[in-house]
Amino acid sequence: MAEAILAVDCGSTTTKAILFNKNGGWHLVARGEAPTTVEAPFDNVMIGLFNAVRELEELTGRGILEGERFIIPSLNGKGVDLFLATSSAGGGLQMLVMGVVKTMTAESAQRAALGAGAIVVDCIALDDGREDFQRIQRIRDIRPDIILLAGGTDGGTITHVVQLAEILSAAEPRARLGNLPIPVIYAGNKDAREEVKRILGEKFSVIITENIRPRLEVENLGPAREAIHELFLQHVMRQAPGYNLLMEATTHPIMSTPNAVGEMVQLLGREINGNVLAVDIGGATTDVFSVFSGIYNRTVSANLGMSYSICNVMVEATIPNIQRWIPFDVSPEEIRNSLRNKMIRPTTIPQTLRDLYIEQAVAREALRLALEHHKSLARSLVGVQRERTVGDLFSQTTGGETIINMNKVEMIIGSGGVLSHAPHRAQAALMMMDAFQAGGITFLAVDSIFMMPHLGVLSSVMPEAAEEIFWRDCVVPLGSLVAPIGAIREGEPAIHLKSRNYDLEINFGEVRILPLPDEEEFSLKPAKGLDLGEGKGKEVVRRLKGGLLGIIVDCRGRPLQIPQQDDKRREWLRATYKALSLPLPGEER
Amino acid sequence: MSQAYTPGLTITPFAVLRKTRKLPLKGEVLVEVGQIVEPQTLVARAYLPGIVHIVKAGEILGVAGEDLEKHILKREGEKVEKDEVIATATSFFGLSKRTVRSPIRGTIESISPITGNISIREEPKPIYISAYIKGKVVEILPAEGVVVEARGAFLQGIFGVGGERWGHLKVVVDSPEEPIKDINGDMKDCIIVGGSIDGENLRKAIDIGVKGVVVGGIYDEVLRDFLGYDIGVAITGQEDIPLTLIIMEGFGTLPLARRTFELLRRFNGFFASINGATQIRAGVIRPEIIIPHNEPIQVQSESFTNQLVVGAKVRVIREPYFGRLGEVLSLPPEPQILETGAKVRVAEVRLEEGVKVVIPRANLEIIID
Repeated sequence: MAEAILAVDCGSTTTKAILFNKNGGWHLVARGEAPTTVEAPFDNVMIGLFNAVRELEELTGRGILEGERFIIPSLNGKGVDLFLATSSAGGGLQMLVMGVVKTMTAESAQRAALGAGAIVVDCIALDDGREDFQRIQRIRDIRPDIILLAGGTDGGTITHVVQLAEILSAAEPRARLGNLPIPVIYAGNKDAREEVKRILGEKFSVIITENIRPRLEVENLGPAREAIHELFLQHVMRQAPGYNLLMEATTHPIMSTPNAVGEMVQLLGREINGNVLAVDIGGATTDVFSVFSGIYNRTVSANLGMSYSICNVMVEATIPNIQRWIPFDVSPEEIRNSLRNKMIRPTTIPQTLRDLYIEQAVAREALRLALEHHKSLARSLVGVQRERTVGDLFSQTTGGETIINMNKVEMIIGSGGVLSHAPHRAQAALMMMDAFQAGGITFLAVDSIFMMPHLGVLSSVMPEAAEEIFWRDCVVPLGSLVAPIGAIREGEPAIHLKSRNYDLEINFGEVRILPLPDEEEFSLKPAKGLDLGEGKGKEVVRRLKGGLLGIIVDCRGRPLQIPQQDDKRREWLRATYKALSLPLPGEER
Repeated sequence: MSQAYTPGLTITPFAVLRKTRKLPLKGEVLVEVGQIVEPQTLVARAYLPGIVHIVKAGEILGVAGEDLEKHILKREGEKVEKDEVIATATSFFGLSKRTVRSPIRGTIESISPITGNISIREEPKPIYISAYIKGKVVEILPAEGVVVEARGAFLQGIFGVGGERWGHLKVVVDSPEEPIKDINGDMKDCIIVGGSIDGENLRKAIDIGVKGVVVGGIYDEVLRDFLGYDIGVAITGQEDIPLTLIIMEGFGTLPLARRTFELLRRFNGFFASINGATQIRAGVIRPEIIIPHNEPIQVQSESFTNQLVVGAKVRVIREPYFGRLGEVLSLPPEPQILETGAKVRVAEVRLEEGVKVVIPRANLEIIID
């Protein structure tokens, strides 16, 4: 019976080691961290890992290492019973995906790769608008860890998928790590397997799995995802410096970090039996995970982030869209130079409120764009009839529309520095409210120390322990967001809330916080033109969970009714900040 | 973590520099150990396999893939000239004849009976790498490249665009804050140095053939106009631009740091190599200026520390004191609350003008003199 568990996440910049133990129930003991050491001059992930574990030993007084050996199992208060690890170091798992039709097999291949925790460096399809020589050049330029080749339904024509194999063969890309042939997972028309092996067999290491689209109306991602996971361990991890030692040291297989987070999000979706959205906004990338109607999706927006990629957010979002979230007058020039300076010195932190709010404005846009990206990929199969199955079998109604409905999301969990370390928790809530614009009733939380990867890998071994720690130590509850959908005239009564402790009316355009540390039953009656999920003007009676903030009532409309005029918009923003007791530059509390 | 600050970039009058010059794929080395090389000396060569062009022969001829074989005039491995007929087919009892011509000069790589496509690979293209710096070849990496060693001044910038270039260094201003102006013909093929540069002078520099521009600060809009687009992700060096631009301090009105300016002025007129390539991620790459020289320079023993300590000279790298220099007065062990409300570890710093301020440690850069 496990008493103590060590879980480590080897991130691209930091290695985070966490100790859990069983003392009455499972809980977090402490967390140690150290810079990741997969690059020169160290070239060995274990150095950073030992440093992080030693910090953990110092913090807890518990011996975990004996020299460079992990003490497993625990004995007399020393060592651990399980040693688990996740990794995204060295650029994570980089994949090239290929499919015949962009919105069909190529999209399925992309979902399979993303769901397995990969970064998709490009998606090649025969209808992607490129000429063959351009595709070949592109494949040559990128150096993927794994290639996923899909295309065609079983029994259909093999011509197109063979054409893709020919393009791949002509390009002959080189692996990013090591000199071994690149693994190609073939998950297309089963009738083309022999031909694909013939074309690619000499240049690549070809792995055959079940077709990800055996029929047009069926998406079967599981086998391809398993193959990716297996190759990640056997091929990619073994090439990364020091990982052979790490693989020997852990008691269970290493997981890619996003894959582990995905496991945890899926566990949550099952537990609350509702729709969950989780987002991790980092320095370089933003990952979005969702479970909607039991269907899991993950996307990674590779160049939306708050430090290295901050200027890419500026380019994609445009300055006026960033400016619209800043509650004071600031010139486009100042925003530009300020973000550029953050980009070139990514480890700096805002010292002034002015600087902080510019960054938080960018964060809203990064989150908004990442959600847009997620919506575009988390969608039903194009042009087919409904056929629902379980797990990864993923089929939908008429097709093509996103399955992400922000008016039907039960829980949003935010993580990543800008959300987890926002000086005021209300700022984290407001960033998520503005960026995602969830309507109806949604519970908001932040992952305080980005423990989701550790809990994700733990959930693959001990799901109950992972769940227990998640609620006890991982998640910081901000509170329930009540946001009526629709718009009415500003200043008119928008909602009437009644509970044991509250009985009040809030006008359209206002935001209000109702402190509530635990939970309480509310009757919520929206105005005629507004909807809380049950229909316009329909009363909703629900037990609402509070949190650090309480109940957040956002009557600014869904979609948000942002004033167009600059001074009016700033006034509107300032009113919201004040309602959330947030300081404003020049008016610090 | 204990080191929550940005280590300063290297600015030194003397260093022994080794540059590994590696081919992107296996090839041949063209120089020998001990050979003195100039920046433009070609040190290694490789042949890049040509690009493959796919010709939809079956489709053009109107025949199925499995029947293509009968219509092929060239076999796999055979060479073809541009526009040479590689397959033909006749129909309507010989009345209509269709032909497939090679779009390039190359070699037939494959003929697919499934897709009816013919793949033709272009001739290999030679690629060379040059020495980049004036120095001596000290190591040969068989079939891969060489290591070139140079002795001289070495300066890292904070951000750059444009790749490797070389030329004479010309400091064209009298003080570190003075903007570059009055661009003239004397600056052709040179690397010019000044406090800042505006769009108009940057255009003039391009027109007269300046090789590189080194400045303290630049406005992002000037950079955007120069490139013709906005940089999204900070990975640069591959831009197709006529000169290399290196920014030493940051964006906005920022003069060159005094010691950077003095160092560049000291080597005014020397031959230098520069590279604007920047990558701000794990495995960070910063732009660089290398000035080989044989000047007698007393290099102090390297007793400095990368740790932030009381008495350390620092530069503030974020608002509200961005660019200002100072000295660390104290390092309170307990985190302190900033104006933002964040609780972080700070340093008490006396700025050059005597004012005492509190700055998050993450916003300080250590200056090593």
